[in-house]
Amino acid sequence: MKRTRFFEAHRHASAKFIEFFGWEMPLEYSGIMSEHLAVRERAGLFDVSHMGEIIIKGPDALAFVQYLTPNDASRLTPGQAQYTALTTPQGTFVDDMLVYCLDNDRYLLVVNAANTDKDYNWVLSQKAKFDVVIDNASDRTSQLALQGPRAQEILQPLTDLKLEEINSFCWLKGTIAGIDCLVSRTGYTGEDGFEIYTEAPDPIAIWDAIMEEGKKYDLLPVGLGARDSLRLEAKLMLYGNDIDETTTVLEADLKWIVKFKKGEFIGREALLRQLEAGLKRKIAGFELIDRGIARRHYPVYYRGEKVSEVTSGTFSPFLKKSIGLTYLPLEATEIGTEIEIGIREKKVKAKVIPTPFYKRAK
Amino acid sequence: MYPQEFFFTRDHEWVKVEGEIATVGITDFAQKQLGDVVYIELPAIGTVLTVHQTVGAIESVKAVSDVFSPLSGEVLEVNSALNDSPELVNQDPHGQGWIVRLKVKNKEELNQLMTASEYEKYVESLEV
Repeated sequence: MKRTRFFEAHRHASAKFIEFFGWEMPLEYSGIMSEHLAVRERAGLFDVSHMGEIIIKGPDALAFVQYLTPNDASRLTPGQAQYTALTTPQGTFVDDMLVYCLDNDRYLLVVNAANTDKDYNWVLSQKAKFDVVIDNASDRTSQLALQGPRAQEILQPLTDLKLEEINSFCWLKGTIAGIDCLVSRTGYTGEDGFEIYTEAPDPIAIWDAIMEEGKKYDLLPVGLGARDSLRLEAKLMLYGNDIDETTTVLEADLKWIVKFKKGEFIGREALLRQLEAGLKRKIAGFELIDRGIARRHYPVYYRGEKVSEVTSGTFSPFLKKSIGLTYLPLEATEIGTEIEIGIREKKVKAKVIPTPFYKRAK
Repeated sequence: MYPQEFFFTRDHEWVKVEGEIATVGITDFAQKQLGDVVYIELPAIGTVLTVHQTVGAIESVKAVSDVFSPLSGEVLEVNSALNDSPELVNQDPHGQGWIVRLKVKNKEELNQLMTASEYEKYVESLEV
């Protein structure tokens, strides 16, 4: 199994490790509940170095990014980023990702750990008509995420950057603990926070400095277990669970990242046709009415018929109730619609509710 | 470390027998593996169980774990405190975190189970 450059820090913090797509990653340290609540109430520090970074460079870099993705990357100036996807000709997902505008001729794609090789090969397979060079920077790039209401206070003393100048989905380059980093105000938790990228061969000082500074705020290291429960409360997609090569961007309720007017992109035709014909199904959030916990792959019933499976589900540590996501026939996505989830031999009542399940107070 | 009067299964359930009554729970090793328990499915009183049959399910944020009956018997009592306080399984797995009480059918089934010291050795072998 591969290990990130912060592995020793996790061992030192008594992490429980699991295998995640070939990586030996921390599942939890002090427990999923306490880590989850730490992020909502104070702050948490995540090692997300397993994620992939692909750099597109050259005179046709923007044109190529525009072709590969449904969102409009021409709206980005250097110092900005946006949520988007790599789409198939059917308008479904190769992956979801962030694209950062590093420069007018350089864009950074930050992709899921599970898909890094697939995405790199996909990008290579599409680049023939474009004057670009593709650089898979994943192995040399480490990434941390510091998330929570206290994140900025914890990070500020450690950096030469003025963090209040970094707006949401923006980034700047500077140093943290003296080490060169790219710092963006982005994240996967629904809280304020930062994602920190570095190519330093020995970045552990960044982790140690943040943990030390964070002591007075009761900052906790957070593993993949709480990362999943946090993103689900915020209704953020997880590739492989909620989105994949069989779900379109529209069915995934992500119409807001599709900018038809920006010009041609892979899957534009298919998505336009689907928009005009009307969706047959769409992802919806639900909560259980009766006792139980809905989990991925449990059957979902509407009017007595099995219509789909739960794509993601858990007991929400912050909301203290069972929540989940599933694709439903369009009419059933109306708020209040009653559905049933098959949990072992029982059919447990649930209802469609608005999402995100959790939204941080302004 | 593990109460001397308990018997144990390879699936990490414990059972304490007093007369005709057996109390069943999961071990400290099991609760550590599971993480924070957030939900428990308990059987109905009167349910007749055969040994190894599923008694119920214990769920953490991340996972579901079936609980298997160490003995055959009839469910006399369930620990309904666990409905509001599932964390008792983590906090006191051998005491307040008990799950069900059974009327024992056949005490000879205890011979299939491990003693406390056998279970300790078993757990040590797993942790390697």
